[in-house]
Amino acid sequence: MLNPDFNFSPKIFTSEIELKASRDGFGEGLVLAGEKNKNIVVLCADVTESIRMHHFKNRFPERFIELGIAEQNMAGVAAGLAATGKIPVFGSYAVFSPGRNWEQIRTSICYNKQKAIIIGSHTGLNVGPDGASHQALEDIALMRALPNMNVTAPADALEARKAILAAIDYPGSVYLRLAREKSPVFTSEESSFAIEKSSVLWLPKEDEKIKYSGIAIFVSGFLVYKALEAAKELEKEGISIAVINNSAIKPLDKDLILEWAKKSKVIITLEEHQIAGGMGSTIAEFLSENYPILIHFMGINDTFGESGEAEELIEKYGLGKEAIKEKVKQILISKS
Amino acid sequence: MAKKFSAREIEKLAIDIRQELIKILLEVKSGHCAGPLGAVEIYLSLYFGGLLNYDAKKPDWPERDRVVVSNGHYAPLLYIILSKAGYFPEEELKNLRKLGSSLQGHPHRLSLPGIETSSGPVGEGLSQAAGMALGAKIDKKKWQVYCLMGDGEQDCGNTWEAVMLAGKHQLDNLTAIIDRNNIQIDGFTENVMPLEPLKEKYEAFGWKTMEVDGHNPEEIIKALKTSRSVFVKPVAIIAHTVPGKGIDFMEWEYKWHGRVPDSKEAEEALRKLRSLKGKIESELD
Repeated sequence: MLNPDFNFSPKIFTSEIELKASRDGFGEGLVLAGEKNKNIVVLCADVTESIRMHHFKNRFPERFIELGIAEQNMAGVAAGLAATGKIPVFGSYAVFSPGRNWEQIRTSICYNKQKAIIIGSHTGLNVGPDGASHQALEDIALMRALPNMNVTAPADALEARKAILAAIDYPGSVYLRLAREKSPVFTSEESSFAIEKSSVLWLPKEDEKIKYSGIAIFVSGFLVYKALEAAKELEKEGISIAVINNSAIKPLDKDLILEWAKKSKVIITLEEHQIAGGMGSTIAEFLSENYPILIHFMGINDTFGESGEAEELIEKYGLGKEAIKEKVKQILISKS
Repeated sequence: MAKKFSAREIEKLAIDIRQELIKILLEVKSGHCAGPLGAVEIYLSLYFGGLLNYDAKKPDWPERDRVVVSNGHYAPLLYIILSKAGYFPEEELKNLRKLGSSLQGHPHRLSLPGIETSSGPVGEGLSQAAGMALGAKIDKKKWQVYCLMGDGEQDCGNTWEAVMLAGKHQLDNLTAIIDRNNIQIDGFTENVMPLEPLKEKYEAFGWKTMEVDGHNPEEIIKALKTSRSVFVKPVAIIAHTVPGKGIDFMEWEYKWHGRVPDSKEAEEALRKLRSLKGKIESELD
């Protein structure tokens, strides 16, 4: 059942639910951040409208810098601006930044301990028809391995709007993982979001007819709503699970993860990212030392994506609602 | 406030710095030799030529000029200069590259006062210097940004991305000083990856350029002075230097880029520098 303590959109699970990409929510939040804080400077590498920085550019042209297709320079210029007291927000498609400029981010930003907000848009298979070259499936691994870097993956457009505002105020650099494709806006203005906090969205229903299966799904980003839909349908079939929106990838919300590991028998991690080094790996690293528990990883298994519509790709690569339900049932069968 | 020396004093001081370099590199037994030896007059002229605004007692003074060392392997030279400028005690120099030392193998901003940015991987200092210059422009600040670069890093695509940006934004508060010593790890720059015509390349990207003898403090100081009064264009000072300067068996030998002398070589190098100093002193007196 939906967590009664979480402020969901009243339109959740209805056909009226708004569809919006997290990049759009980010773009709106960036303007709000620019209004609040005059030190914010935004940098982009020739994909300004695509990653929704054009709203900021139009509103604050004097604080927008167009770098051209030069992501390495963008990271260095951002570090230089940070050194003068600015708060740089720079971004591109994640395959280009942090894909192409990882070392500059490492040395100029992280080793220097300069604060920058890095926007990685167009992550995951949901990029769709552009194909594998443009689908970032490795960005979490790249960024979470860096000292002085934090990683957050908002689950919908509203969370993305809150995430950029939270990142500006967060004491340290933040990598913000965004999606191109629209997805249901299931959170609300009132729901809380913090860089270091994840949230329980679906609680296992327990009464005389149904008991908790012991399976908790940790999921982030574009796939969160799919996990919720799967949980709802499973509940109707008499299978009770938990769904946690693990938006806080680094730092992890350790208390929450430990709490749900202790309540559960099996964990499933679900992400639009390589299994190697992704969100699931962070949970596995933490739990293997603190509360060893069986973990099933749902993600991209050492392969690239391809062209296709977002939903087709999510299904083909086994990350959609049906694949989630199937995985839960398989686990239950293997346990019985 | 900043110490100031005359061009003549810098010429003499340069020999002392070279001796110091050999001594600390011998102590640590690793690092880079030829480049720092060749760039001594550049660093001395920048820090002590009377143009750089800084206060070693207040390294975070907001109105200071910024010095970005893009080629971090010049760390031993930078450290000697910073200690001479008063940022930290000269006794610290013996701890270069040692465990727990604030003198890291390549400069680390958070380890030592006076370092504006961590460096080591070459080719990204000019980006950061351009970012600082842009920040100064946004805030209408008058301080100047100096970026000390090597010529090897002119191979890097990142360098030219930054050159293009500085031209686009007409960053006249940015001065790049390129130590044109013609060597890099794998050999002579023109064999590894030809850079010439370097001056014309910078000019084509909208920069004003000047060429100087990198061992002539008077010329360097004059160029630095001119660079501050250039408008609408960033300035590149191409300083022609001799790698391994002052030690004949190191001069122009690219193998000395990434190695340091053993005790016998160091003894010989120090002997050469002593006789050079005697020669200069007799000429000056």
